[in-house]
Amino acid sequence: MEPINIIKSVIAPLDRKNVDTDQIISKEFLKRIERTGFGKYLFYHWRYDENGNEISDFVLNKPEYKEAKILVAQDNFGCGSSREHAPWAILDYGFRVIIAPSFADIFHNNCFKNGILPVKLKEVEVDEILEKGLQKPYIVEVNLSEQTVTGEDGAVYHFNIDPYYKEMLLNGWDEIALTFKYEDKIKEYEEKRIVFK
Amino acid sequence: MAKNIIEKVWESHVVHREEGKPDLLYIDLHLIHEVTSPQAFEGLRLAGRKVRRPDLCFATMDHNVPTKDIYTINDPIAKKQINTLAKNCEEFGIQLADIGHPDQGIVHVIGPELGLTQPGKTIVCGDSHTSTHGAFGALAFGIGTSEVEHVLSTQTLWQNKPKTLEVRVNGKLGFGVTAKDIILAIIAKWGVGLGTGHIIEFTGEAIRNLSMEERMTICNMSIEAGAKAGLISPDEKTIEYLRGRRFAPKEEFEKAAEYWLSLASDPGCTYDKVLEIDASEIEPVVTWGTNPSMGTGVTKNVPTADDYESETDKQALRKALEYMGLEEGQPITSIEIQHVFIGSCTNSRLSDLRTAASIVKGKKVAPGVRAIVVPGSHSVKKAAEEEGLDKIFIEAGFEWRNSGCSACLGMNEDIIPSGERCASTSNRNFEGRQGAGARTHLVSPAMAAAAAIEGRFVDVREYLKQKQEA
Repeated sequence: MEPINIIKSVIAPLDRKNVDTDQIISKEFLKRIERTGFGKYLFYHWRYDENGNEISDFVLNKPEYKEAKILVAQDNFGCGSSREHAPWAILDYGFRVIIAPSFADIFHNNCFKNGILPVKLKEVEVDEILEKGLQKPYIVEVNLSEQTVTGEDGAVYHFNIDPYYKEMLLNGWDEIALTFKYEDKIKEYEEKRIVFK
Repeated sequence: MAKNIIEKVWESHVVHREEGKPDLLYIDLHLIHEVTSPQAFEGLRLAGRKVRRPDLCFATMDHNVPTKDIYTINDPIAKKQINTLAKNCEEFGIQLADIGHPDQGIVHVIGPELGLTQPGKTIVCGDSHTSTHGAFGALAFGIGTSEVEHVLSTQTLWQNKPKTLEVRVNGKLGFGVTAKDIILAIIAKWGVGLGTGHIIEFTGEAIRNLSMEERMTICNMSIEAGAKAGLISPDEKTIEYLRGRRFAPKEEFEKAAEYWLSLASDPGCTYDKVLEIDASEIEPVVTWGTNPSMGTGVTKNVPTADDYESETDKQALRKALEYMGLEEGQPITSIEIQHVFIGSCTNSRLSDLRTAASIVKGKKVAPGVRAIVVPGSHSVKKAAEEEGLDKIFIEAGFEWRNSGCSACLGMNEDIIPSGERCASTSNRNFEGRQGAGARTHLVSPAMAAAAAIEGRFVDVREYLKQKQEA
């Protein structure tokens, strides 16, 4: 997993709440057995019409947002299915940070395993960032060490993050390798575990 | 101190606890299917890792499987995914209910059926509807593929302890109202984010009165309420359901039963949050929008923008109605449907099929409606056929299929065409869920059956009354 600390880019403002993982990556693209190559299918049915042509007013199709590494959306982002294909598609497309007032639990967990930083800000703060980003391209810098989001206009927002996941993202750690350090504890647990015959 | 079941099960699975870290939890049962596991097994191979406890894993094929001719998979990519699971199970020594195997079925239907699901277990699967198993008082939740890999190699997961939420359903359900209506009404009342960051325990008289299969319907859709998991304290119904199941304890069953009952929430225990709803206020629910909270009683109308305060909510309503092809204020019973899907991990068990069959018996599916029944597992199908339910459905004009996830998410060929409308007993009405442009209305099996006959939504209670009088 690629470590992450400072990401600076124009934001892609996706002014919707309850964006579900079926929208992020539609079921017809879940059959592949690889982890990569899902980016071109991200938000497929919002990006393309039935003939495969780009829908010009969808945010990701607007030229000013094409290089965005930071996605900003409303409440309950990533709800629905547990498919990790959703964060894989987001990462493969080029996003490293998602800013929203809240995230669905499984999606939130999945981000940390893939080097994506989910930033939770207050609803009013997200509204403010979205408004700026919708008016004209708005560049922000997200700093994980400092736990800040700083706008090009000087606006600064602070966010909280679980210290364990912060370390994991900053260092790009392999969680399984970390857990192996607790193997004695796992064995010990297995010996006293309640099992009925 | 009085404890709730969530705390009891969580605490009994902590392998390691340390300040500043999530808890390391032991996982008792890992269910596996073909869609969310291939990258996890590949990860193990690349790192030269093994499956720590293949004996605590159980795999099946459900998402991609064809429901007509089960052995003909036309899509080569789907076929490769299915073959990959078979190969992985063989290589890593994991038990598999393959296509055509008598145990095959939707993973959340076969777990309980085989007695793999038991009270007090921690159960995970790379599937959000793992919450279904909570009906037994298990702590069951969906995980991503990286976590699937983590469980395969360590049999544990790092998890922050969620908050606890009691959802109490007081009183008795009205005539013709079902478990599906309870959970849809709860989500409609408090929204799809009501359980975010929480594990829900469903309590109250109406929940106690439900059968195990009905309880599974409730817990199944906890994820649609945003919860990490949803569960119900075990009672005598739980014990009787499990007695004699293949993977349930044998010689120590009574001892196990005693332990399971001890896990039930203690009288006087507390939760971080409590919500209450009166069962008598719930009527059969139909969703009209593009997330499961966008639903209302069958006697009501589609909402209007005036029903909402914030501009975001008004916009969400307009967007949903545009996708769904509905008008503000339109009566629910004026919505005509072209498809009926009775199936999915929410409502495809024997009791669901019995209910639907009792409504369609001796009647015909309305002209222009295509209706399918997809039993949740091979053994549900067999049991239904032994009772003659298949004949009732076929005579009424339904298609009788083999088990799988089918049109709940349309990964196989069971897809609803763009712009067409489906009365579905599944769990998600997201845009495109059942096919690009497809319009999904979530309902109970009883409501779906009545809609099939009438070609539009009707109040199934009227239907049942007429039948009683006849």
